[in-house]
Amino acid sequence: MRILKYQEPKLVRIARKNRQEIVRAGLTRRELFRLGLLTGAGLLVPIRGLSARASCTEGCQLGCSPPTTPFVEPLPIMPILTEVPESSLVPAPTTNPNTAINPNTGLPFEGRVEPHQFRDRFPPVKFFETRMVRADLRIARAGELPLQPLWAFTDPVAGPSVPGPTIVSRYGQPILIRRHNDLPPLAENGGFGKPSVSTHLHNFHSAPESDGGPCRFFERGQYYDYHHTMANAGFNTPEFSATDGDIRESLSTLWYHDHRLDFTAPNVYKGLAGFHLVFNEFDTGDENTGFRLPSFPEFDIPLFLADKLVDPETGLICFDLFNFDGLVGDKFTVNGMIQPFLEVRKRRYRFRILDGGPSRFYQLFLTDLDHPNQPIPFWIISNDGNLLPRPIQATSVRIGVAERFDIIVDFSQIPNNPSRIYLENRLRQDDGRGPDNEILPAGQGNLLLEFRIGEPAPDNSVDPATMPTFYEVPVINPADSRITRTFEFERKNGQWAINDKFANCEDIRFRVRRNSVERWRLRNSSGGWAHPIHIHLEEFQLQKINGVAVRPGQLDFARKDVVRLEANTEVELLMRFRDFLGDYPMHCHNTIHEDHAMLLLFAVDEVGDNKTKP
Amino acid sequence: MNVFTRRDWLRTLGLTSLASGVAARSVAGPQTTPRRWKNISARDRIRARIPNVEVIAHTGQKFRFFDDLIYGKRVIINFMYAQCEGICVPVTQNLVKVQELLRDRVGKDLFFYSITLKPEQDDVAALRHYAEMNGVGPGWLFLTGRPEDMEALRVALGFTDPDPVRDADKSNHIGNLLLGNEPELSWCAGPGQLDPEYLVRMIQWNLYDVPRHELENRLLAEKMLSKGEPR
Repeated sequence: MRILKYQEPKLVRIARKNRQEIVRAGLTRRELFRLGLLTGAGLLVPIRGLSARASCTEGCQLGCSPPTTPFVEPLPIMPILTEVPESSLVPAPTTNPNTAINPNTGLPFEGRVEPHQFRDRFPPVKFFETRMVRADLRIARAGELPLQPLWAFTDPVAGPSVPGPTIVSRYGQPILIRRHNDLPPLAENGGFGKPSVSTHLHNFHSAPESDGGPCRFFERGQYYDYHHTMANAGFNTPEFSATDGDIRESLSTLWYHDHRLDFTAPNVYKGLAGFHLVFNEFDTGDENTGFRLPSFPEFDIPLFLADKLVDPETGLICFDLFNFDGLVGDKFTVNGMIQPFLEVRKRRYRFRILDGGPSRFYQLFLTDLDHPNQPIPFWIISNDGNLLPRPIQATSVRIGVAERFDIIVDFSQIPNNPSRIYLENRLRQDDGRGPDNEILPAGQGNLLLEFRIGEPAPDNSVDPATMPTFYEVPVINPADSRITRTFEFERKNGQWAINDKFANCEDIRFRVRRNSVERWRLRNSSGGWAHPIHIHLEEFQLQKINGVAVRPGQLDFARKDVVRLEANTEVELLMRFRDFLGDYPMHCHNTIHEDHAMLLLFAVDEVGDNKTKP
Repeated sequence: MNVFTRRDWLRTLGLTSLASGVAARSVAGPQTTPRRWKNISARDRIRARIPNVEVIAHTGQKFRFFDDLIYGKRVIINFMYAQCEGICVPVTQNLVKVQELLRDRVGKDLFFYSITLKPEQDDVAALRHYAEMNGVGPGWLFLTGRPEDMEALRVALGFTDPDPVRDADKSNHIGNLLLGNEPELSWCAGPGQLDPEYLVRMIQWNLYDVPRHELENRLLAEKMLSKGEPR
């Protein structure tokens, strides 16, 4: 065979030449901006010849999404999932799975195959029923983009929404959620997404059969009953049995999302996710009682951040099926709408901010465009949705995929008394690998949400500046650790591995003894990749980040379920494994990495093993 | 260079309604004429991503990659080269075992394609030798072609690394398996190093929509074959 020299495509060659010319010309970012060559995300505008792939005709690429007008649509507020009477669930929910065959589908009615653990002790008292369906929904002002064929969860009253209805529950009131898979057939997926699902309640302390892990998926025409004890971790230990768990393990801001093996990224990107909030006698949802945090839902607002790509020819959100690095979008949705606005009063608000992925990290600031150099402080009250011992004042917060931070913003205290400020992401990230660690100048990042500040309003919520206390961290004694295990997160042969191995639903990689403590070291020695690592079952406590101890008063002195393992980072954590038996995953929550095998299963049993690098 | 005003960059950001002052703030931004969007089917959109280049199989047959090998089919695609001594051998051997487990299904409603990363070396004879040496059965083609076409396939199908040094090391692109069900618009990827029995499961779950419960405690390949036509 004749040996041919590889010739790069002409457009790629032009692109490289153009970029070199720009570098040679020594143009600054600001000048590029002025010339219209730089987008708000700090990217070169992908006019022909400038982007690496050189053309937007293939559609789904960063910088190619069509223009939309920002801040003309109000922030959507997701409906609160309506409770239903138990009797409305037909067939009636049972502890054992309903394996009877549904004559209409030839499949068992229920996708579950294991009985609910602890259901006798915690019989459900609140019932919910929701359906996963295709819904044609708007993500921009009417007429600017066509209706989007999304996959939504329904509310029995309000209908389908993306994000799905917010589930509100309360400690001490066990719940049962029946989720139906009523998605359309595969070939009607609009180009991505698999109508085979498993809904994970992210952060809750659930038994494996109700956790919604990657290997417990169910099919079209089936339902799955998820039971949650609404008890705190430790409820099955002698120490905390009488109180149904350790109150210091209370969880506040959670989310549910699809977790289907190999298809989590497209399915969540398509809409299968929503918030789940949990209240108790302290975090009550009423600013006149308990911790006196701003009242839900008027002044306590979940913000679901998700970046998307839109096909410039069809106007439909698109997903790059042949990109295994990660997916970052150039359209920034909050609660499912591109760059919405929110009218607020001059008082305190609680915002529950979630990075819904798939791959982007954010550094969030409040920006006054008339005074861009004026830092605007706010209070962080939770890490991963778990209330901190006390509020921490900050002017920005970094959030990785699946992390949640609750913040308090006092709109009566914004310097210079502006009428509008913005939630702005100033962290540069140009591809799915991870952030660039470059903080863009104020006003030159991605403006996500516009706050229109109105008149003052009564405010009985606690002033964070008075340093109220929430839950102390239930500190784990390192000496109690039964074993230290090490995990390397690495790229391997076009996929991602943990300790050199890949996701496998049939391989329980190691076994943890129930009610024991373990020390885990998570290491990411890769040069350029960032991995937000999520561990199911219980919150962990970070001990060290790159060898430096995490100390009381720091934001990371907290209960967490996701750790940002950015490039060349090593963390050490302690974790308890209480109450439930069975298998749980640990995985990267950059969902593209997760789907390409950066996931393992471990099991909790009564013995545990001694594998130090499983 | 002129002073770059706030209004200039607001305009760049598409924020003109903001920059034009309080009066404009109450109106819903600039009027836009609704765009005409193209009604391109999702299937055609995916098709446009897959180069329809000419490829030559180890059997000596010539094909158009998309039209002849992908359209209407369930496929598993990987990249390799005949002289590769590291990871290619175990991945190829894994796929040989998968092919055995799936019996005559491969070549009927599932097709394997192994595309060379070194078309300069891997001509038809080299690939035929590699296929024979590994004992591959019918329904599995080893493909070569013009180097720029093979490179176009590699890049289009995502067997790349954003780090140019790693990208240049061909061994980094071996191991990944792309699983596609073209008519049903379903594509995913998985590690070819997993054991063959598990790869069969992955194929059933992701290419044939076999429900999870039907795979509990059963010999998977047997189960799938006994079902006759895939669901």
